[in-house]
Amino acid sequence: MNGQLTTMLSEYLPILIFIGIAGGLALVLVLASLIAGRQKPDSEKLSAYECGFEAFDDARRKFDVRFYLVAILFIIFDLEVAFLFPWAVTLGEIGMFGFWSMVVFLGVLTVGFIYEWKKGALEWE
Amino acid sequence: MNQEFAASFVLVLPETFLAVAAMALLMLGVFRGEGSARLVSWLAIAALAVTALFLPLAAPGQAAAFGGLFVTDAFAVFMKILILLGTALALVMSIDFNDREQIAQFEYPVLFLFAAVGMMVMISASDLISLYIGLELQSLSLYVVAAFRRDAVKSTEAGLKYFVLGALSSGMLLYGASLIYGFSGATGFADIAEIMIGQAGDPPLGVIFGIVFMVAALAFKVSAAPFHMWTPDVYEGAPTPVTAFFSIAPKIAATALLVRVLIDPFGPLVNQWQQVVIAVAIASMLIGAFAAINQTNIKRLMAYSSIGHIGYALVGLAAGDETGVHGVLIYMAIYLFMNVAAFGVILCMRQQGRMVERIADLSGLSVTRPGIAAALAIAMFSMAGIPPLAGFFGKFYVFQAAIAAGLYTLAVIGVLTSVVAAFYYLRIVKLMYFDEPVEAFDRPAGRTLGIVITGSSLLILLFVVYMAPVVGWAGIAAAALFGG
Repeated sequence: MNGQLTTMLSEYLPILIFIGIAGGLALVLVLASLIAGRQKPDSEKLSAYECGFEAFDDARRKFDVRFYLVAILFIIFDLEVAFLFPWAVTLGEIGMFGFWSMVVFLGVLTVGFIYEWKKGALEWE
Repeated sequence: MNQEFAASFVLVLPETFLAVAAMALLMLGVFRGEGSARLVSWLAIAALAVTALFLPLAAPGQAAAFGGLFVTDAFAVFMKILILLGTALALVMSIDFNDREQIAQFEYPVLFLFAAVGMMVMISASDLISLYIGLELQSLSLYVVAAFRRDAVKSTEAGLKYFVLGALSSGMLLYGASLIYGFSGATGFADIAEIMIGQAGDPPLGVIFGIVFMVAALAFKVSAAPFHMWTPDVYEGAPTPVTAFFSIAPKIAATALLVRVLIDPFGPLVNQWQQVVIAVAIASMLIGAFAAINQTNIKRLMAYSSIGHIGYALVGLAAGDETGVHGVLIYMAIYLFMNVAAFGVILCMRQQGRMVERIADLSGLSVTRPGIAAALAIAMFSMAGIPPLAGFFGKFYVFQAAIAAGLYTLAVIGVLTSVVAAFYYLRIVKLMYFDEPVEAFDRPAGRTLGIVITGSSLLILLFVVYMAPVVGWAGIAAAALFGG
C-alpha cells in the first residue's frame, strides 16, 4: 500500500516541479521590473483603460449586465472549441458515431446561437 | 458496434423526441416573436403527449442503452408517465395565469420541456455520469423558471436561493459519486452492485461516506428534512404555476432517482443506508407536521405539506424491499393528483384582479364559490389521509411495507405525525365551510383550470373504483427494479 502510494505520488512530481518553476518565474519577473525598470509615475497611467473601469477601485460596484452577457456567451463557444480539438485529433478512431455525436452537439449549439442572435443579445447599441 | 448503437437510439426515442421538440419550439417562438407564448405552450403540451405515446414502444422489458448508461424498464416507464403528466398539467395551469400576470413568454414552456427531458434521463440513468447530466439539465431549467417573474424581488430571490442551494447539493452529489468511484472503481450501477455484493458484510468506509453524501444531495432535491430549508422560500417566491410544477414533477423524478440509486447499485448495502433513510423520513414527517401549523401563506403551507409527504414516501423506501418501493410508487402517483387539485384551487385565488395567498382569504369559500371549496376540501381530506380518498391508500401502502419490514417505531411516528398534519389540513376545510365569508374570488378567465381541478378532484374521490389497475401497474414497476 505504502509503496503503491509512493509510486502514484512520484508520477505527480513533474507537476510539482512545474508549480515551483511557475511561481519562481512570476516572482523573478515582478521583482526584475521593480528593480531594473525605470519608475516614472504619471496620473494618466492610473486612468481608465479600454474597458472603461477605474484601474484601482472598490470591487463591489455596479457594472453593465452586458459585460456579463458577453462573457457568458464567450464561454459557451470557447468550450465548444475545447471539445472540438480532441475530437478532430481522434476522428480516425472514433468512427461515424463519434463524428455524428459532435455534429449533434454543434447542432444544439447552433440552435442556441440562432436564439441569442434573434433575441438581440449580440447587439451592443 | 453500430448495431448496438442503433438499438440504443430506439430506447432513447422518447427523450430524443422531446429534446428535439423543445429546440424546435424555441426556434418557432424566437422567429414568431413575443405574442407566441400561448401557441408554444399548447404545442409543448402536445409534444409531452406524443412523448408519452413513444414510451411503451421503446421499452418491451428491461433493456440497457449506450453501454449501460441508460436503462428502460417498467419502473422507468411508470415514473416517466407521471413526470409527463405532471409537466403537462402544470403547463395547462400556467397558460391563463401567465397571460393575466403579463409574464407570458415562449421560453417558459420550452424550459418546462427541457426540465422534463432532464427528469426522464434521471429516471432512466444507470450510471453516475448520466445521473448527473440528467439532474443538472433538470436543475438548470428549474432555476430559471423559479425566477421567471424577473421584476418581482421575491421571485428573483427564489431563483437565486434555489440556484445557490441547488449548486451546493450538486457539489455534494459529485463528492459522494467521486468517493464511490474511488472506492469501487466503477460508475455503472450494475458494476457497482456486483462489487458491493462481494463486500456486503464489510463495505469500505469510503463507499458508506459516498452513499451518505449522495443521499444528502438527493434529499435536497426532494426537499426532505433536514435539507428542506430552501423549500418554503422558493415555493412562496416563485410564480404559483411554477410552484405547482416544483411540487410535482421534479419531486417525483428525484424520488425515482433516489429509489433507483439505493436499490440498484447499493441494494446489497441496505443495512448501511436504511438508518439514514429512516432518520430523514422521521425528520421530514415531523417538520412537515409541526412547522406548517403556524403558516399564514397558503404556498408556504403547501411547501411544508410537501416536505411531510416526502417523509411518508421515504417510509416506504426505508423498508428497502419490493413492497416498500411499491408503496413509494403508489404514493407518488396519488401525490401528483392531490397537488394538482390543491394548486389548481390556489391559482383561482384572485380578488379584484390580483393574486392573494393568505390562508385567511379562503374564509367562507363554500358560500362564495362552492365548487372550488369542494375541490380544495377533497384535496385537503385526501392529504390528511382520510378514507376512502386516495391519500389514505398512499399512506396505507407505505405504512404496511414499514410494518412488514419490522420498522414499527417508524410506522407509529408516521401515523402520529399524520394526525398532527390533519389539524392544519382540516383547519382549511373549517375556514371554508364554517367561517364568515370574505370578499369573493374573481371568476377564472379560462375554462382549462376548471377542467383540471374537476378532473383531479374526481380522480382523488374515486380512487377506490380504479385502484386495482394502478396498484397492479405500480407492482409491475416495483418488481422490475428488483429484477423480477
